[in-house]
Amino acid sequence: MMNLKGRKITVHDMSLRDGMHAKQHQISIEEMKSVSQGLDEAGVPLIEVTHGDGLGGASVNWGFPAASDEEYLRAVIPGLKNAKVSALLLPGVGTVDHLRMAADCGINTIRVATHCTEADVSLQHIKLGREMGLDTVGFLMMAHMIEPEEILVQAKLMESYGANCLYVTDSAGYMLPDDVSSRIKILRDNLLPETELGFHGHHNLAMGVANSLAAVEAGANRIDCACGGMGAGAGNTPMEVFVAVCDRMGIETGVDVFKISDVAEDLVTPMLDFPVRIDRNSLTLGYAGVYSSFLLFAKRAEENYGIPARDLLLEMGRRKMVGGQEDMIEDIALTMAKERKAANERKAS
Amino acid sequence: MSKKLKAAIIGPGNIGTDLLMKAMRSDWIEPVWMVGVDPESEGLKRAKEFGMKTTAEGVDGMLAHVVEDDIRIAFDATSAYVHAENSSKLNALGVVMIDLTPAAIGPFCIPPVNLKTHAQKLEMNVNMVTCGGQATIPMVAAISSVQEVAYGEIIATAASKSVGPGTRMNIDEFTRTTSAGVEQVGGAKKGKAIIIINPAEPPMIMRDTVHCLTEDEPDQDAITKSILAMVEEVKKYVPGYRLVNGPIFDGKRVSIFLEVEGLGDFLPKYAGNLDIMTAAALRTAEMFAEEAASGTIELPARAA
Repeated sequence: MMNLKGRKITVHDMSLRDGMHAKQHQISIEEMKSVSQGLDEAGVPLIEVTHGDGLGGASVNWGFPAASDEEYLRAVIPGLKNAKVSALLLPGVGTVDHLRMAADCGINTIRVATHCTEADVSLQHIKLGREMGLDTVGFLMMAHMIEPEEILVQAKLMESYGANCLYVTDSAGYMLPDDVSSRIKILRDNLLPETELGFHGHHNLAMGVANSLAAVEAGANRIDCACGGMGAGAGNTPMEVFVAVCDRMGIETGVDVFKISDVAEDLVTPMLDFPVRIDRNSLTLGYAGVYSSFLLFAKRAEENYGIPARDLLLEMGRRKMVGGQEDMIEDIALTMAKERKAANERKAS
Repeated sequence: MSKKLKAAIIGPGNIGTDLLMKAMRSDWIEPVWMVGVDPESEGLKRAKEFGMKTTAEGVDGMLAHVVEDDIRIAFDATSAYVHAENSSKLNALGVVMIDLTPAAIGPFCIPPVNLKTHAQKLEMNVNMVTCGGQATIPMVAAISSVQEVAYGEIIATAASKSVGPGTRMNIDEFTRTTSAGVEQVGGAKKGKAIIIINPAEPPMIMRDTVHCLTEDEPDQDAITKSILAMVEEVKKYVPGYRLVNGPIFDGKRVSIFLEVEGLGDFLPKYAGNLDIMTAAALRTAEMFAEEAASGTIELPARAA
């Protein structure tokens, strides 16, 4: 059993950003305020608030949110006593204009996310974040798709642009603890000692907590969790569970186990449209290494075009689709529906 | 006298070289100069092998020859930072500038939508928007020509290997320029652009999705007809431009799924994003040449 007693880590709540996927970006301003204040009260130090696909994610492609990024940020930030707020930005979607707006709203942290092989698109945004004095995080998504040595090359780019913290992001919930350890370890051994490391997990194989512990053991000090197990796919690492485990192991998170469980039970769970959990489709994400927020799009395409969501997700994985390619789900569903129709007609004739 | 207009290409990189290979086949354009800044660059050497005059001293290295070689068209495939200077120097000598950088000094040009207007007005600088814009704005325009489009959104997905350092270092420029083009040329009241880079091996062919929200219920038959006709227009200069799925109608949403395969001249076939830029730029130059040959426009006067 690993001994992590006395380690201090920062837990970063995702329920109001990654959790937006599970809510099709329809969390209301009032819900944002009450959940964020509950998290603050429970001792969560950092809370992410943005469209699920980051600043500027409002679109036909991913869904229009109940309120704009700016409205959410301006509603949440003034209501917090201790907790700070972060925003997510995907270059190619959000721009430096969005970053300036979010900084003006008072965010503490900007997280600039790219696919794990494409870090060089983050130069403008990381540089500006750092220049504005923000806690600036480089967030390498779908990190299971490349080897630890390749992650290091990309992480070094982001560090050179000015990121003071680097994330290994398991967007598909595919990794097992050794996958996490090897990636965090190579970063810890080769990045600047003052550069912080983080891990973002999804619970598609129920490995969120175990993987996060592996990350801490390998040298990460920031862990993404979502209160109530919100998040894309089967959700992120459930905050209340991770905090409870940390408490038992003597890892210091500063979060109160019972208070955070109450936020999960009383505020987050009642918000859900469906239970965010492992079912055959979210399991497929983790099993086949597919981007977690494809889940609801595949389910919708199944309803519209009669192709099972699992088949669509597997095909997305086979074609090595990366985060953001939700448009391809409807496209592939249309193509598969045409092919199946043609095959049936051949059989009939 | 040849009807062909003589042309210079500035920037001997991937785009410039691909453009050169296409231009050498043109009935309307005769490429004469390749302009670079590095005498050792592969691109300049290659251009020389193709029989081009070359200089490694930038546009200044060619200026003295512009009139004597009767250069009428210049394609700028360098960067937004140097384009303005290149353009003013060459415009002063009566050269029409076709801008493949994101500088966008001149009006946006999407050939099947507004090229004829620009050519007939003899615009001295036209901008080719972005690869994603060339692939998608014709579709937005096809819909807005039928009825009002309140919102146009495009998602361009390109293979990682086909996205060069210029685009990567200034990716915001792509989203800004493309969304402006969706509005100004596509005719959407509000435009949005998203770019996604996919590193899969073998590299994926460029994909583009267009979502429009119409003001009123979409006239499905008229829109479908207009889209199919526009696809044929683009195919004239980009044969690998394909409608994969759609139009799909869902309430006021109209969605179109496209694939753009390149000709594979210099750039691999998957790099439809780069191919559609060079093809559109060449098509633009050809239209100026056609209009000049037919006497619709008169090129700036030069001493014989």
